[in-house]
Amino acid sequence: MRGNAAEHELVAPGSLPAVLDLLAGAPGQWTPIAGGTELMVAFAAGRLTASKLVSLWGVEELRFFDTSPDKLIIGAGTTFSDLRSNPIVAADFPLLDKAASWIGSIANQTRATLGGNLVNGSPAADSSPALLVYDAEIELISVRGKRCIPYREFHTGYKQNAMTADELLYAVHLPRRFANHRQYLRKVGTRRAMAISKVALGATALLKDGAIERIRVAAASLAPFPARLGKTEAALLGHRLNPSLIETARNALLAEAQPIDDIRSNAQYRKSVGANLLEEFLRALLSESAAK
Amino acid sequence: MSAATPIQLNVNGANLTVTVQPMKRLLDVLREDLHLTGTKEGCGEGECGSCSVRMNGDLVNSCLVPVLQAASTNIETVEGLARDGILHPLQQAFLQCGGAQCGICTPGMLMAAKHLLAYNPHPTMAEIREGLAGNLCRCTGFMRIFESVLSAARSTTQETHAR
Amino acid sequence: MSTPAKNRIVGTSVPRKEGVDKLRGTARYIDDIQREGMWHGATVRSAVPRGFIRSIGFDRKIDWSEFGVVTAADIPGENHIQMIVADQPCLADGQVNHCEEAILLIAHPDKHKVREAVDAVHVEYDLLPPVFSIEESENQQTVIWGADNCFKSFQLEKGDVDSVWSHATHIVGGEYRTGAQEHLYIENNGVIAEYSVETGVTVWGSLQCPFYAHKSLLAVFNLPPEKVRVIQTETGGAFGGKEDYPSVIASHAALLAMKCGHPVKMVYDRVEDLAATTKRHPSRVRHRTALDANGKLLAMDIDIATDGGAYSTLSSTVLSRATLHSPGPYVCPNVRIRSHAWATNTVPYGAFRGFGAPQTVFAVERHMDEIAASINIDPIELRRRNFIHEGETTATEQLMREPIILDKLLGRALVESNYYNKRAEFAKENSGSAIKRGMGIAAFYHGSGFTGSGERYLNSLAGIDVTAEGKVRVLVSSTEFGQGTNTVLTQVAAEILGVEYDDVIMAPPDTGIVPNSGPTVASRTAMVIGRLIERASQQLLSMLREQASLPEQFSRQQFFAACEQLRKKAGEVVSLCRYEAPPDIFWDDQKYRGEAYPAYGWSVQIAQVAVDTVTYSAEVEEFWSAQEAGRVIHPILATGQIEGGIAQGIGYALYEKVVLQNGRMANNQMTNYIMPTAEDVPPIHVFWEELPFGHGGFGAKGIGELPHDGPAPAILNAIRDAIGVSFNSIPLLPEDLFAKLSIAPKVEEPASV
Repeated sequence: MRGNAAEHELVAPGSLPAVLDLLAGAPGQWTPIAGGTELMVAFAAGRLTASKLVSLWGVEELRFFDTSPDKLIIGAGTTFSDLRSNPIVAADFPLLDKAASWIGSIANQTRATLGGNLVNGSPAADSSPALLVYDAEIELISVRGKRCIPYREFHTGYKQNAMTADELLYAVHLPRRFANHRQYLRKVGTRRAMAISKVALGATALLKDGAIERIRVAAASLAPFPARLGKTEAALLGHRLNPSLIETARNALLAEAQPIDDIRSNAQYRKSVGANLLEEFLRALLSESAAK
Repeated sequence: MSAATPIQLNVNGANLTVTVQPMKRLLDVLREDLHLTGTKEGCGEGECGSCSVRMNGDLVNSCLVPVLQAASTNIETVEGLARDGILHPLQQAFLQCGGAQCGICTPGMLMAAKHLLAYNPHPTMAEIREGLAGNLCRCTGFMRIFESVLSAARSTTQETHAR
Repeated sequence: MSTPAKNRIVGTSVPRKEGVDKLRGTARYIDDIQREGMWHGATVRSAVPRGFIRSIGFDRKIDWSEFGVVTAADIPGENHIQMIVADQPCLADGQVNHCEEAILLIAHPDKHKVREAVDAVHVEYDLLPPVFSIEESENQQTVIWGADNCFKSFQLEKGDVDSVWSHATHIVGGEYRTGAQEHLYIENNGVIAEYSVETGVTVWGSLQCPFYAHKSLLAVFNLPPEKVRVIQTETGGAFGGKEDYPSVIASHAALLAMKCGHPVKMVYDRVEDLAATTKRHPSRVRHRTALDANGKLLAMDIDIATDGGAYSTLSSTVLSRATLHSPGPYVCPNVRIRSHAWATNTVPYGAFRGFGAPQTVFAVERHMDEIAASINIDPIELRRRNFIHEGETTATEQLMREPIILDKLLGRALVESNYYNKRAEFAKENSGSAIKRGMGIAAFYHGSGFTGSGERYLNSLAGIDVTAEGKVRVLVSSTEFGQGTNTVLTQVAAEILGVEYDDVIMAPPDTGIVPNSGPTVASRTAMVIGRLIERASQQLLSMLREQASLPEQFSRQQFFAACEQLRKKAGEVVSLCRYEAPPDIFWDDQKYRGEAYPAYGWSVQIAQVAVDTVTYSAEVEEFWSAQEAGRVIHPILATGQIEGGIAQGIGYALYEKVVLQNGRMANNQMTNYIMPTAEDVPPIHVFWEELPFGHGGFGAKGIGELPHDGPAPAILNAIRDAIGVSFNSIPLLPEDLFAKLSIAPKVEEPASV
């Protein structure tokens, strides 16, 4: 244990307006801490540079589900346990439910928050591929008001995002229009539980008359940040699904993916497995539509 | 730089106040300030689960909780399992089934098992595996631990699991 | 030998002796303990793998007068850690030979300040060219240790290997590699040390061998034996990782205690423990094997190389065991084994469950499957034809005098795993599935107790006494660290003495109180120490009969009454016994010939593995283990040992990789050193066959290490069965499967049976 609690100020203003005031009053000075599952690891390792921290834990305005007929809005302070026990998530966004079950362990899921996962911005983030293929929108908030951006525009670089110094990630908006989509999410980790992703692939697709009418493909660890695979999607969109298209899509992914070598895995493996995952999804689609 | 501040906690049913820095880990507060050394540190990264406690009924890794965030919560640690010297059914099951070898993972494992059974009194093997996946045991290979949890699930009643 | 018929206590699964404390969270591990006025200690470690220390700078932002600082110059005795060869410095003195080598020590009352101080020491080095691999070391272009980089070598010959090659029908070669493995005990290394001129050194700590630490401290402090006291505290896992390493951390903490005049606690955090402490020796094993037309072994030529790291520590004894386990449980008339332990500039490797056997059993059991495929014999049948039996001799010409039931174990494992039906089923299903399944087997032995004359050399002393409060105390330096020492030894005593299990307690594992019954290693405790406790208990009964009118048939009350009678006469009630070697034990340490081990455990293990061709991941779906290890003293404890050893063996094969960069462990966090979780371990089925062993406690032989020898080869054999591709190196990660499969032509059909 290399962290020293004496060197870090931690305050818990308790309400969202109070937190936003604090952030606005000293932009960039305060680091929000939600469930602490990332920051406390850095703290114990002696790597936590943030000297001022503001706690989001217990800020009830951030931990909510707002359900309407065409949208589910999830507060950024919602934990992954919350996600796993929400019936709308289970019914309408099964990929997110699945992703939530991958976060660490039960003890991590009760504390890790959706907002924290996104703001931490690891290219391996568990919730990101699902959110990307569900066309999520991110709602940001500050004393100046709220704004929404498509989630695919949230990450701007390795561990960089579109938030300004006084903004907080407020909520994630999910359109409830994927019920009839074919959906796929698979994570490849070092083991079955408590595994950081080596590569993960998510996809949602709508087929009409054997052709791909809508397609979203997103990956973890195939780019410096969680990203849609736009070129791979383009190779698939509008085309008839058949073995030759699957091969084309594989090659598009292999060309588009930019994974790295790191302590957990290597680029060649990540790319190839990413292509295999895509193929697995498309083959399942193909045999389903053939069966019809 | 950061001053000690009074923080109120309920630990195993007792209301306590500790005066500590807000960023101090709940794990360290339990072990150092409250002298409840049953909860262990194995990794400091939330990977091994030997620091697991329950906080307001949620299983958490106490090495990842700044004590300020535990303020006014109910904390349950391994020390709270036995009542008046009588072992909790889980503890009895672990004793009978060989669920503890070196014992260092045991407090966290018991809390995780308790948490599991509180929400799911009759878990399947798959559910037990998932419920304990955050608690690493290097000695047992988990088999006797699964046995212990199944045995505890089969034994007695509501009353004991609700604790 | 005592009659096992009664099973009153021995043979039953009594509650673990210290179980209640562990379950209540009241068991006190070293970090749970404080001593009054205690300071905290930490270590400044080398950032480079090899070099001269040019300078050590102390940053002036720290007020160093508040700290205790220890360098090599402060060592009162000898600057080395006493293991076998005294080559490992206690603290680096002018030169470092591995990353993380301890250079100096710092203590302060405030543990945060200690950490700041460690970061405020700036060491400058003049680099020397490092050696990082077995190959680099053995080619001796850069000599980093001794005259030739070789810590130890053995050569063992039986018959005449070279006479065979020209007329053998089959000759099969292979090379097999194993990586380092970290113990990953959930409790990190830790000690508390105190020093005073009057009492000397006292150390409490998480350790396996109090007398090993004791011996090492005597040398470092130049003190007589009665001025050093080592006490084991409740230990949260060890697996060999706390056999030799504690001598290092104990010396460090004691030096700081001496320097600063306060008790000093040193407890590593996980990143330090992973980076700086011992691990399993990596190995490279080459086989060249000759067989006749029927697949009978004619000659085995085996070359073993281990990587010992920067200092020899236990490399010679690990190499010895690796050597003696390398031919497998087979009879072969001509055997040559050449083995070397090589120095590299990495953290010294040390003891780890199996101690050289997992490395060479991996090689021989993989090799048997390669032979089977190469000469077109079923791998089961190949083994069966070559199994060693009672009355035959091993590679060291040890005559197997005890019954060997390998065929029975094999039969049991095959039946329980439904091996043949499953293989047939998988052969059909695999072509149409992305998941390919296979079954693999390993057959092996593990020698219990120290090699050759080792037990005689240890000359263990152990026994019992009876306290005035009416408790029988077991007096041993054998420690509990989860494997059941406390329980098994108290069972033995209770059984013989006719008292209840709760009447017997363990004396504190304190070198000031207990005799030296040797280290808690080598699967020797139940067998050797159990036998000593048996004898000591019988001896006490004789003493009570002769001197205290204990009748032939006696009750528990009569026993204790007789003890009190004896106490009045003799002042105490104590019975100690020394180790007696079984008759006909002959061992030539030069030629490596004779009775290599007093006893062997035998096992056959079968793994069912699934290989996912989408992700290239191999997972063990189910595992079966049949073993014979004498008498089972405690069924649940014994089975727990097998299951735990198998889980570690699975980790060794498929998950656990030590990633070295510039000789330093780069993945030194639990997030990145991967052991199987509760969701990864397969169902493990354990089957016992019991054959009481005449010279073991209640007929027991050792079991602690046996189960770790088989899983890796069984698993890789299963992978070969599943996808028809041979992998000969562990850990085998998905990236390794991918690398080989992505360049290989279409997977071959498995060798026909």
